[in-house]
Amino acid sequence: MTTYLLKRIAMLVPLMLGITLITFTVIHLAPGEPVDMQMAMNPKVGKEARERLTKFYGLDKPLHEQYFTWLGRLARLDLGRSFSSDNRPVLDKIKERLPITLSLNLVALIIEFGLAIPIGVLAALKRNSHFDKGTTVFVYLGIAMPNFWLALLLMYLFGVKLSWLPISNLHTLGYESYSWVAQVWDLVKHLILPLIVASFGSLAGVSRYMRSGMLGVIGQDYIVTARAKGLSERVVIWKHALRNALLPLVTLLGFSVPGLIGGSVIIETIFSIPGMGQLFYQGVMSRDYPVVMGILVIGAFLTLLGNLLADIGYAFADPRVRLR
Amino acid sequence: MGISVVSILLLLALLAPIISPYNPTEIHAVHVLSPPNWSHWCGTDELGRDVLSRMLYGARISLMVGFVAIGIAVTIGSLVGLASGYYGGWVDTLLMRFVDVMLCFPTFFLILAVIAFLSPSIWIIMAVIGLTGWMGVARLVRAEVLVIREMDYILAARCIGCSDLRIILRHILPNALSPVLVAATLGVAGAILTESALSFLGIGVQPPTPSWGNILTSGKDYIEFAWWLSLFPGLAILVTVLAYNLLGEGIRDALDPRTMK
Repeated sequence: MTTYLLKRIAMLVPLMLGITLITFTVIHLAPGEPVDMQMAMNPKVGKEARERLTKFYGLDKPLHEQYFTWLGRLARLDLGRSFSSDNRPVLDKIKERLPITLSLNLVALIIEFGLAIPIGVLAALKRNSHFDKGTTVFVYLGIAMPNFWLALLLMYLFGVKLSWLPISNLHTLGYESYSWVAQVWDLVKHLILPLIVASFGSLAGVSRYMRSGMLGVIGQDYIVTARAKGLSERVVIWKHALRNALLPLVTLLGFSVPGLIGGSVIIETIFSIPGMGQLFYQGVMSRDYPVVMGILVIGAFLTLLGNLLADIGYAFADPRVRLR
Repeated sequence: MGISVVSILLLLALLAPIISPYNPTEIHAVHVLSPPNWSHWCGTDELGRDVLSRMLYGARISLMVGFVAIGIAVTIGSLVGLASGYYGGWVDTLLMRFVDVMLCFPTFFLILAVIAFLSPSIWIIMAVIGLTGWMGVARLVRAEVLVIREMDYILAARCIGCSDLRIILRHILPNALSPVLVAATLGVAGAILTESALSFLGIGVQPPTPSWGNILTSGKDYIEFAWWLSLFPGLAILVTVLAYNLLGEGIRDALDPRTMK
């Protein structure tokens, strides 16, 4: 196990360097220097400020020197300052958005797996039943439906037609004056639609995964053995079969780590949720390069870590993996 | 089922200039935001343009983006996969690590970042979706090549003195293509979804060029007055993506003898 861990961790270094290289290439895709672009949009910034920025990003130096300066700052978690008028460090901006995105997506993830696992198992057990066929249709629709369209439909139905739920932001204006119970209720009401949209698409995929995992396990010899030694069907299915069918989901959980942190640009933009996705989108729209690069590079690092965690989790759960 | 819907969609997109009832960019101040009726089957948008005509022209854009983007992805992916699988060794290690690194980037974020630096246009969108979507194909092709290169007919080809290039292109590539065909069909669906999401966010296909995504942007802006602006283009995306997914699975089943019924 230790050897496996060490091997995996050693692999991280070249991958991380690769990530920084690609991110750095993306920065230099811009026709003209990033500083020029920023200045062009803001004529008030004088020559002096331009020189300061050029110096900060080392744009007057050769490419490899720029790369190493940037890499050095990245190692100290210094992502530079935002180009926007508040001029705050990018890291601070990220810190302020992260809890919102993280909690929203964590709840969505719990809903997703909480529903997808039983749906997948039942569909597998009752193969070709009406329930199975129904979920198959639902899965195809879920995968093909653009999430922003689902969001629009829900906004129209529950927000506009029925006026049951608010359709944007996380709080009603002036919610500070409410009692805490009312504040919580207010937050819950604002979260219902984003949560439905955030969990719907992947719910379909995960339940499908669960179904095929379960179908694969049910035919195995050890299930026949469990039945043969007289265990009740419930114990066979929910203990012996489910545990093994859950294995592949560990990998899926790892894949959802970047989503937990990066959030969804689309959902956060539609529902005006001040999270990471919205920050990124605003950065893209206003060409706030430090913000875009910062989130991109952090997002990629976290994906890498998520994959590593998934693999380690898998190795813990399945001893066969460790031997390889 | 998939194939018939896909063909109908292709036909509608090709015939858009003939069957569209109106000019998709013609503005009619009199008919602003009129609900679906006999002269405008899908209603009109905030500038009085006919939504049905815009959707028909939008189909051309969406399908074109889907095909070109996946064409780019499949070409790069196949080349990388062939080189990696055939030569092995350090070429393989280098290329596969590059694939790993590319896969670390959340795709949608990477696409947005690139578009932030270049100005959005339909060509850029296609290129970016293609350039960020080839890694799956590369892995698939590599896995196929690893099996195929051990086959006797490859040995035979080598014995009669075929060059590496000839072996790769004439003997390996055609035999490695079937999983790629499935991946490409499913990929078209994915690319159409991505394009519509980008256009919806205002960084994809730019108005006045119609695309399903940017009609939905007006749908969001006028959601309190005009449900038809949200309903019809979304339905078009759903049906198209569904059709390509079904077609992809159909091809997979047809090519895989294990799933024969």
